Amino acid sequence: MAPENKIDKEKMVVVEGSYAVAHATKVCRPNVISAYPITPQTHIVEDLSQFMADGEIPNCEYINVESEFSALSALVGASAAGARCYSATTSQGLELMHEVLFNISGMRLPVVMTIANRAVSAPISIWNDHQDAISQRDTGWLQLYAENTQEISDMTAQAFKISEDKDILMPSMVCMDGFILSHVYEPIVLLEQDLTDEFLPAFEPEHVLDPKNPMSFGAFADPNYYTEFRYLQEQAMQKSLKKIEDVANEFYDVYGRYYGGLIDEYRTDDADIIIMAMGSIIGTIKDVIDKLRDRNVKVGLLKVRSFRPFPVEAIKGALKDAKVVVVLDKNISLGLNEGALFTETKSSLYNTKLDMPIIGYMVGHGGRDIKVDLIEKIVDDAKEVIKTGITIESQFTDLKEELL
Amino acid sequence: MKSLLAPGHRGCAGCCDAMAAKFTLMGAGEDCIVINPTGCLEVMTTPFPETAWDVPWIHSLFENAAAVGSGIEAALKALGKKGNTKVVVMGGDGATLDIGMRSISGAFERGHDLTYVCIDNEAYMNTGVQRSGATPFSASTTTSPAGKVSFGNDRPKKNMPAIMVAHGAPYVATTSIGYPKDMINKVKKAVDIEGPTYIHAHAPCTTGWGFDTSKTVEVAKMAVQTGLWPLYEVEEGEVTKVRKIGKNVKPVEDYLKMQRRFSHLFKMEGGLEEIAKIQALADKNIEVYGL
Ligand SMILES: Cc1ncc(C[n+]2csc(CCOP(=O)(O)OP(=O)(O)O)c2C)c(N)n1
Ligand code: SF4
Repeated sequence: MAPENKIDKEKMVVVEGSYAVAHATKVCRPNVISAYPITPQTHIVEDLSQFMADGEIPNCEYINVESEFSALSALVGASAAGARCYSATTSQGLELMHEVLFNISGMRLPVVMTIANRAVSAPISIWNDHQDAISQRDTGWLQLYAENTQEISDMTAQAFKISEDKDILMPSMVCMDGFILSHVYEPIVLLEQDLTDEFLPAFEPEHVLDPKNPMSFGAFADPNYYTEFRYLQEQAMQKSLKKIEDVANEFYDVYGRYYGGLIDEYRTDDADIIIMAMGSIIGTIKDVIDKLRDRNVKVGLLKVRSFRPFPVEAIKGALKDAKVVVVLDKNISLGLNEGALFTETKSSLYNTKLDMPIIGYMVGHGGRDIKVDLIEKIVDDAKEVIKTGITIESQFTDLKEELL
Repeated sequence: MKSLLAPGHRGCAGCCDAMAAKFTLMGAGEDCIVINPTGCLEVMTTPFPETAWDVPWIHSLFENAAAVGSGIEAALKALGKKGNTKVVVMGGDGATLDIGMRSISGAFERGHDLTYVCIDNEAYMNTGVQRSGATPFSASTTTSPAGKVSFGNDRPKKNMPAIMVAHGAPYVATTSIGYPKDMINKVKKAVDIEGPTYIHAHAPCTTGWGFDTSKTVEVAKMAVQTGLWPLYEVEEGEVTKVRKIGKNVKPVEDYLKMQRRFSHLFKMEGGLEEIAKIQALADKNIEVYGL
């Protein structure tokens, strides 16, 4: 059973989402931060730079690199040398890091990076969707998505703990919706230093670049060896499923706050219709659900916190009694006319005894607002599907016909 | 002196990169961390689960060794482990002059305390002798082949040491594996200087250039003796030392004749004019550096 979330109102302060992340990073005691500015991630790195300028992050070096490619590359070296490492980026910056993303996960370096999710170019757009991170889903990074600024703050500390676990050693992307969360001011409880020290021990790597005990990192592997490296990476991903749950609970024990483990459920107990989504849209969906429940529409929400690893079992469990599943995606896999969450959910239910219709909607691309009436309309569609079956499996919605 | 690069690696017989790595380590000493981008040296020294390196070594990607080095240096500082440990990058000419340029420029501009050694075998050897920004004028490579209407690579070498001087590096030097003592001493000097230092080592590749495996050092010396590869040091922007050739200066023809990559120049119509252009490049070096 999910523990009850105890937010201490006395301790609440109103801060910007980016500040919450920067503050959380600071109290996690990073040793090396390396980042390159890009909207809407900029406030995070500016806040961290100010902390550095004020001497508030001890034993830390901040590298002002010349590109995102070097930002992450510097962390390859720093993490291998034993440092706790942090970066933040989004969109074009994340795509520029692509090659290094594989490199970091392949070398099992537990770097943590905030992604202030943003659409990718062309056309250029600085506003939010999830295409940037989703495009990197196979790079071997954990991907956690936050609903609000309290969660993104707390997820940051959780990510270090998960990534640095000796059984895991996989890097994490902690995803927050650009602008919607990065630039919003909300009342939250900032992570306290003493509690964080209790929750998150110092990073103690087993393998480091050390002249007293020379080791080679990143050797080349011929076909006799390469497969096993990939297998072990996948094993670590599978182990992280439990670790993410455990760390969410450990976090609760120390701070009294909980947002779900791999997933979270809202009013799903007797739901005929279950809506699935990730990120800040969750708040809007919850409101719509409350409204529809008042009208006796049996609708619930499945929030996906962890997209990588993909929580197949948890999702199967949560969906088992639904009559129809609706998946909302802020991304598209071009050529399949589907969003990634939709594809993954469908494939998770195949080969099981579960057999309910699943319909997908691609929403909110390039920052288009996802409004309450849109979600209500989608729920109406879902009701139709229960009655008459699927006519369209996956679709764009809210298109402006006059532009097409 | 103990070699920190173990024998038994998989370099070609007479491999220049192996010599360059060995000399670099002799100069840098045991207390160093090596960063090595993709290229012959990386591939031939670390076939998992073996490694030829007796110092901590990391390979990341083709284009980011200097950035990885920046991170290592920053981490050592943050963790209070910097001590006397030297951070040394060894990159090929492709990794250095071409694809890694941005990350090198960034690392030098930021002033990290590291030494970057470019091992310049004048082409992408690891992928099969394709041209790079360091391939000399009129050399035939697999992507700049000599042909009916081509004398091979139609551009002169990019002047990387000058670019590094322009970055304000406190120490920039050229060297050659044909002069081991010169190379070892320059590396020793570079690693002891605080800040980003750069060494450009000329390294003839038996396989890519086409000469007998016993002739690597001889060919290397010849590049210096013709004036095509001047050896000099630049400290705080000023040329402080030059290795003189004096009366022993050799015609470039003698150097070109030793190598298959220039053999077309001796057969094709107009080849002699091309050789004259190469001679002019050497003459210019002799004049500029007072060789
Ligand atoms: C991004 C990227 N592009 C291309 C390659 C293929 N590649 C591997 S090594 C290499 C050339 C290396 O040349 P150089 O740096 O001169 O070193 P050498 O092998 O000659 O010693 C190339 C093109 C790569 N590994 N990564
Ligand atoms: S191709 Fe050249 S540089 Fe590469 S291993 Fe052979 S001799 Fe060495």
